[in-house]
Amino acid sequence: MDLTLHVWRQPGPDAPGQFETYEATGITGEMSFLEMLDVVNERLIEEGREPIAFDHDCREGICGSCGFMIDGQAHGPQRGTAACQLHMRLYNDGDEIWIEPFRASAFPVVRDLAVNRTAFDHIVQAGGYVSQATGSAPDANLIPVPKPDADLAMDAASCIACGACVAACPNGAAQLYTAAKLAHLNLMPQGEPERYVRVERMVDTMEDYFGSCTNMGECEVACPKEISIDFIAMLNKDYRKAKFRGGTSQANTR
Amino acid sequence: MLDAKIPDGPIEDLWDNHRFSMKLVNPNNKRKFEIIIVGTGLAGASAAATLGELGYNVKVFTFHDTPRRAHSIAAQGGINAAKNYRGDGDSVFRLFYDTVKGGDYRSREANVYRLAQVSTNIIDQCVAQGVPFAREYGGLLDTRSFGGAQVSRTFYARGQTGQQLLLGAYQQMMRQVEAGTVRLYRRSEMLEVVVVEGRAVGIVVRDLITGEITRHSGHAVVLATGGYSNAFYLSTNAKASNASAVWRAHRKGALFGNPCYTQIHPTCIPPSDDHQSKLTLMSESLRNDGRIWVPNEAGDNRSPDEIPESDRDYYLERKYPAFGNLVPRDVASRNAKMMVDQGKGVGLRNNGVYLDFGDAVGRLGAPAIKERYGNLFDMYERITGEDPYQVPMRIYPAPHYTMGGLWVDYNLMTTVPGLFAAGEANFSDHGANRLGASALMQGLADGYFVLPYTIGDYLAPLLGSKPVPTGHPEFVAAHNDVTARVDHLLGVGGTRSVDWYHRELGKILWEYCGMARNSTGLEKALSEIPALREEFHSNVRVLGENETYNQSLEKAGRVADFFELAELMCHDALHREESCGGHFREESQTEEGEALRDDENYAYVAAWEYRGVGNRPRLHREDLDFEHVKLSQRSYK
Repeated sequence: MDLTLHVWRQPGPDAPGQFETYEATGITGEMSFLEMLDVVNERLIEEGREPIAFDHDCREGICGSCGFMIDGQAHGPQRGTAACQLHMRLYNDGDEIWIEPFRASAFPVVRDLAVNRTAFDHIVQAGGYVSQATGSAPDANLIPVPKPDADLAMDAASCIACGACVAACPNGAAQLYTAAKLAHLNLMPQGEPERYVRVERMVDTMEDYFGSCTNMGECEVACPKEISIDFIAMLNKDYRKAKFRGGTSQANTR
Repeated sequence: MLDAKIPDGPIEDLWDNHRFSMKLVNPNNKRKFEIIIVGTGLAGASAAATLGELGYNVKVFTFHDTPRRAHSIAAQGGINAAKNYRGDGDSVFRLFYDTVKGGDYRSREANVYRLAQVSTNIIDQCVAQGVPFAREYGGLLDTRSFGGAQVSRTFYARGQTGQQLLLGAYQQMMRQVEAGTVRLYRRSEMLEVVVVEGRAVGIVVRDLITGEITRHSGHAVVLATGGYSNAFYLSTNAKASNASAVWRAHRKGALFGNPCYTQIHPTCIPPSDDHQSKLTLMSESLRNDGRIWVPNEAGDNRSPDEIPESDRDYYLERKYPAFGNLVPRDVASRNAKMMVDQGKGVGLRNNGVYLDFGDAVGRLGAPAIKERYGNLFDMYERITGEDPYQVPMRIYPAPHYTMGGLWVDYNLMTTVPGLFAAGEANFSDHGANRLGASALMQGLADGYFVLPYTIGDYLAPLLGSKPVPTGHPEFVAAHNDVTARVDHLLGVGGTRSVDWYHRELGKILWEYCGMARNSTGLEKALSEIPALREEFHSNVRVLGENETYNQSLEKAGRVADFFELAELMCHDALHREESCGGHFREESQTEEGEALRDDENYAYVAAWEYRGVGNRPRLHREDLDFEHVKLSQRSYK
């Protein structure tokens, strides 16, 4: 099939960008979306033009490197699918596709479709862990964890930190990402002792970088791992409790 | 002859005794040491977290935008540990025994025993971090079985065990970043090791966004940079996984162990066209219920439902009645290749074999199969557009893991003092074939439980010494080398893209140094690779400049190193005139076509010394003694 692509090109973070149009000819349905871009890039190189920069790595939907807006949707039209797992058989000959980077003030453009998502690391750094030193752990079966709790924690922990939730949110909020990280740890008994310190720190750090949540629900639709916004409710409840408990000052142990 | 520095004594006590005899660094003195860690996968992140907790000053480098993207994240199946929670006869000794046997008797007993010992600590550690392992209804940990073992010792978190273990290590490391003991450098690629007076004292790094080249000095350098399956171009590794860090270290004097030991995983989705950019693994567990077959006749292009039972060859069940579809990875892979080579391959490109769930669906019902493999079936359907509940899967082997790597002694130190290698980057524990669910175990063992001790032993005598200043002539020289290499790649101005060369290199390696090797083919590869390498250096086209996010430039440097490593792989494969594990020399097989080892002449680790591009490397040997596991021919009939 032959497609027409409109791709956002921007040489660097501070440089102005614009859409450029490319003909992607001879595309097959077996190609993934990124392989289609590989083909376009090979031809650009042949013509002596610099290829389109985009982040990608595992191409199995687990590393979270890839992701951009495809026709206005983060990771494109297929639910629960990262861009690397989106295949061209969903498209038809003659289609036009608009491709642009994730748009959020917390994710500055690095180049073309690549953005900087370091702000996510700062949220984890603020408290997204259990404070225990290597070698100090008791036997793994000492504390039973009810299977439903472990399963729910795993649902939350399957977040790949791609940033689609932020890109899809009209406010550029990172509630779903932060809530998923919090739920993963807070649902496990090992995460309980630091639960309220954790929620307060991570949410406060999140607000330094990201917009505010107004329950639009776009994040859940865009999430390639289909993480539920129920976790945001859990975040809000815990955050409220944390504030009533008097903040982090009394429990600031690290 | 290489000295692996294995302590004396009974194998059960080696590690305990060694931990006691190693020198310690006083807690207040730890902060006087700088440790550089390259790579933030399981081995790198766990080492950084633990060394940071101990109080060392750690600098950690990743080429990703965040440490959590390291390729450990893609591991699916699980992690082995000798917990014996099932009471099914598991023990440290059994895990040790299975691993040595699975590695086809080409690994070092002392290392493997230690690995089995600390395996139980790893599970404790990860659970304490909040890793959401699969649980039974009673709340205790669930396990499953994997190839090469008769006990159930594999702990898992759905099909995302690597992801969850990596997040655990990443979080512990970020805790140390917050505490100030670990400094994190993102999108920073190590391009040179600096060696002064025989010791590793630092690295040179390129910032992938700005192109800035910087020098970093430390008392010790740890490489935890993964394996080199991407030398084959098409592999299950992530696109950016590369061998540059270990190759640069090799060029600076670190010997390279067993480069020809590569694991070709039997169950991957076959390439669909020439634009295929990577291959996707389908978990080994599928072979529990899927039956592998090809048509009896070559060139039978009927659709699978039109091929009656009588025209099908369930070749694994036919040839290996005892193990059937569950033979080890190397055996399954080789047989699939044999079928395709005979013209019996299936699919539009005749490049796969069927993995058929028809019987299992009939016997257990589709819901039971969905419960077991649902996520894998979904992934398969997304990639191929075919529904595996209705149509048999098509699978074919693909490069997946490299057992070879930098040679290290018992302390995980390379032949360059101060330079350590951990995880897949070292050669140590898997011999000639790695068992499923053992890669995660080894990465975390090295990072959490081995390196933190052995590095202290190396550092203790260096107390009082300052890191070598980055103005030292060796730092300047390494910096200039990196700049020159970048300038060279940008300046060739040729006609073909980096990917084109990478793909061509991959084809040569796959053809002559893949699942089956022979001396004629390897000689051919050794003449073709240098010719292609020279063409690459005179005709590659890398556009743009150094000072931007230039992905072609990154790739060009990595492919340049793959060219040199590929040659070494072929030299090693040519010299090892026996078959063992993942290394199958067609000249060395039994009458039934099985791998035939030659323990008389090849029971050693081949560690190669670099002697210049295109020059024949020099062989060093570490003889392997098997005192606890009896050498025997593996049989799966």
